[in-house]
Amino acid sequence: MELLPIHILNSLLYASTLFLIAGGLSLIYGVMRIVNLAHGSLYALGAYVTAWTIGQLAGGAPPSTLYALLPVGAIAVAAVGAIVEPTLLRPFYQRAEEYQLLVTFGLLLILEDVMRLVWGPYPLSASQPREFLGGSTIFGSQYPNYNLLVIGLGFLVAALLWAFVYRTRFGVILRATSQNMRMASALGVNVKRVYVQAFALGCFMAGLGGAFIVPIQSAVLGMGVDALIIAFVVVVIGGLGSLEGALIGALIVGFVRTLGVILFPEIELAVLYIIAAAVLLIRPIGLFGRA
Amino acid sequence: MTTVAATSALRSLAYAIPVVLVLLVLPYIVTPYQRILMSYGLIMAIAALGFNILLGYTGLLSFGHSAYFGLGAYAVAFMVKYLHVTSMELFLLGGLIATLLVTAVFGFICVRYTRIFFAILTMALSQVLWSLAFKFFWVTGGTDGLRIPTPTILNGLVTVPKNKIAFLSHTYYYYVLIVFVVFAALMWVIVHSPFGQVLQAIRDNETRAAFLGVRVRRARWIAFMISGGFTGVAGILWAPLNGLTTPDILYWPFSGEIVFLTVLGGFGTFSGPIIGAVVFNYLKTYAVGLTVYWQLLLGAVLIVLVLALPTGIMGTLTRLTLKIKGASPK
Amino acid sequence: MTPLDNRPTDTPSNHVLLMTQRLCKSFGETRAVDGVDFVVREGEVLALVGSNGAGKTSLVNLISGLLRPDAGTITFRGREITHLSIYDRIKAGIARSFQLVNLFDQLTAFENVRLSILSREGKTRQLFRLVERDRHVRQESLAVLDRFGLEEKSNMLAGGLAQGERKLLDVAVAYALRPTFLLLDEPTSGVSTREKGTIMDTISEVVKSGGITAVIIEHDMDVVFTYAARIVMMHQGRILADGTPEEIRQNAEVANTLLGGSFST
Repeated sequence: MELLPIHILNSLLYASTLFLIAGGLSLIYGVMRIVNLAHGSLYALGAYVTAWTIGQLAGGAPPSTLYALLPVGAIAVAAVGAIVEPTLLRPFYQRAEEYQLLVTFGLLLILEDVMRLVWGPYPLSASQPREFLGGSTIFGSQYPNYNLLVIGLGFLVAALLWAFVYRTRFGVILRATSQNMRMASALGVNVKRVYVQAFALGCFMAGLGGAFIVPIQSAVLGMGVDALIIAFVVVVIGGLGSLEGALIGALIVGFVRTLGVILFPEIELAVLYIIAAAVLLIRPIGLFGRA
Repeated sequence: MTTVAATSALRSLAYAIPVVLVLLVLPYIVTPYQRILMSYGLIMAIAALGFNILLGYTGLLSFGHSAYFGLGAYAVAFMVKYLHVTSMELFLLGGLIATLLVTAVFGFICVRYTRIFFAILTMALSQVLWSLAFKFFWVTGGTDGLRIPTPTILNGLVTVPKNKIAFLSHTYYYYVLIVFVVFAALMWVIVHSPFGQVLQAIRDNETRAAFLGVRVRRARWIAFMISGGFTGVAGILWAPLNGLTTPDILYWPFSGEIVFLTVLGGFGTFSGPIIGAVVFNYLKTYAVGLTVYWQLLLGAVLIVLVLALPTGIMGTLTRLTLKIKGASPK
Repeated sequence: MTPLDNRPTDTPSNHVLLMTQRLCKSFGETRAVDGVDFVVREGEVLALVGSNGAGKTSLVNLISGLLRPDAGTITFRGREITHLSIYDRIKAGIARSFQLVNLFDQLTAFENVRLSILSREGKTRQLFRLVERDRHVRQESLAVLDRFGLEEKSNMLAGGLAQGERKLLDVAVAYALRPTFLLLDEPTSGVSTREKGTIMDTISEVVKSGGITAVIIEHDMDVVFTYAARIVMMHQGRILADGTPEEIRQNAEVANTLLGGSFST
């Protein structure tokens, strides 16, 4: 039976990854009112690309340079997003929102098989970045330093994102467009460009989540589909469209699952979905959501 | 559904009877494999009909219908495992009761919302069921699933061939066909009833419907239960055919499949979901046989469908026939 | 413009049908309805007038149940309905039409009206009966459409009708509920002057012969003076004037001063 501090760290680790995925999902919804069912698959894509890149270069390169490769997965996914938005999503902005679910579901099916096509059905691992950093002794137990790095990076990204959205000019434009697209357009904002950029940013975050997690757990087919539904729970609890909500939601889900697996393993998932349903009933816009 | 001229019973029968006749003589024309394939198609057609009373007629998109399909299937599996039941009729009765109970609860919760929140809520609730099936492996068999043996039909009144293939491709095929015809007729009556009109009104303008003295939430709730019930029946029929039930049919992508096949056929017509289910069944079987990357194929089909033909097969056909009729000289 | 003798001549009874007392509703800082005491007697046909934002639609929304008031009471037939659901108010005999036409666009005109009748007769619960077989409902639907001059368009989708026809259908759908009290929100807005007369003639005839009490929100003062026996003017959430057309006309001096000549007589 491991100590509580280790569980807390694991919760934070899980929350860190969840925040990246759910934050991206929430950002996209907040700006464009799009619910992207393929978002989890983009996270998986980030994991695969990162794992593959590290695997290609790991043989020759010194381990420290591998860390520079982590963003590669995220950038690749952002690029995919920048292509997908204008081609697949833009035609549906005028249509009923249910069509988005269909088109992004189709995208999910395609992405899942693209990953299978490119990387095969077996898990792809890239544990070098984790192994290289070794571990620390925390309250008498060994804990990987890489995990601590990911926790730290998660919070760093949250802070950077907050600064980006609330302190930069682009952030102002982003928020204006999300609150009132027509008004922003009338004021001269190039809404089409903002949409592509926002979507790419959201995808970047998902890809980054995949990149960070892959040294800890291999890239495996189906991880995206599993991740999406959990990300949904985070966003439901925190509030669709809210970054603070994604953070708080990720923390809540991270703790519930990590502790749940220890205390009530059979129903920990069920409890999670019941919490989501309960939030949807009591306060459908979530803890921090705006309508 | 209601276009300029509401489809009369006679006209619908005129379309339906030839189709049913063909289906009746199918066992004498095609191979056993084809008949089993058609059984799967008809089963999904029942599920799609159920799904579409919510989408096409009430305007509610559920992304959690795998829950009711799975409930039906697992109800059968549980009745086999724990109650040692083998009667198909008891499966239908017990499974339907179980499904209706859960749909009543889920529906009561879900109909307080519409659009995206409704869709997400249905998804979350279906995942509750999936996670229970997945985790409580000593009850549900976990990912290995539970086996369902050959059932008895009408308590032995109908002899069940010892050969499983013969049973599935002949006796069971007719059983599924009969249930399909009964349920399709039932759904037809429901959507052409005053209640069906109310649902369409709610779909078009729920505020006005309320101002007409309609209890909107209650009507949606009843529609939800009918919807879940039909999909549950599909799951019940599916279980003995498949021989095995696993948590996969409770997992959310299967809900996506149900949405997909309904949209493929056209959610704006009565027969669209039926056509969509049968076509999708063939499409998927063919794709799976063609390539291991069948999901890619289906995903592409879905995107093209939604981009180019959003009204689905039947919707597009209806539009084309109207155009042709309009173009022909009087 | 139709001559004055089309004005309803039967005197309303002294029975109070609807009464609001100190009714208030605010949206943020704006007081949409500010302490309104409003009385409608059985059989009356009154026009509710005022500039945009005066609170007319809000008052109608409060009475019909689309909004709940912040303060005050609404009494209908001696029964307090302030917090009653829309459903219960409809069942009590209140019906309304909408300023922005509110119909079931994917259903035909016939089906729109039929729905009101089905609902009124409590037939909406019927699941296993074919609606086409109900000849009685069919006949009544066609009769209602006929009264509103829409029988030729009965098989057209409501979404495909012209604006004037849609306005009439909106009223027809409310009328088909056989209400005691009808609230019409700008039934002639968005139509040509000639059509206005047709619409108002129809409404006037239907309301008079059915003994329905009606409150009609209207912007066109010509229409108001021609068809209403009583005019209630609102301004900034309050009732400014209330009386017969003559009384209001005499008040026009005061009104003009306050409203800056937005009156045309």
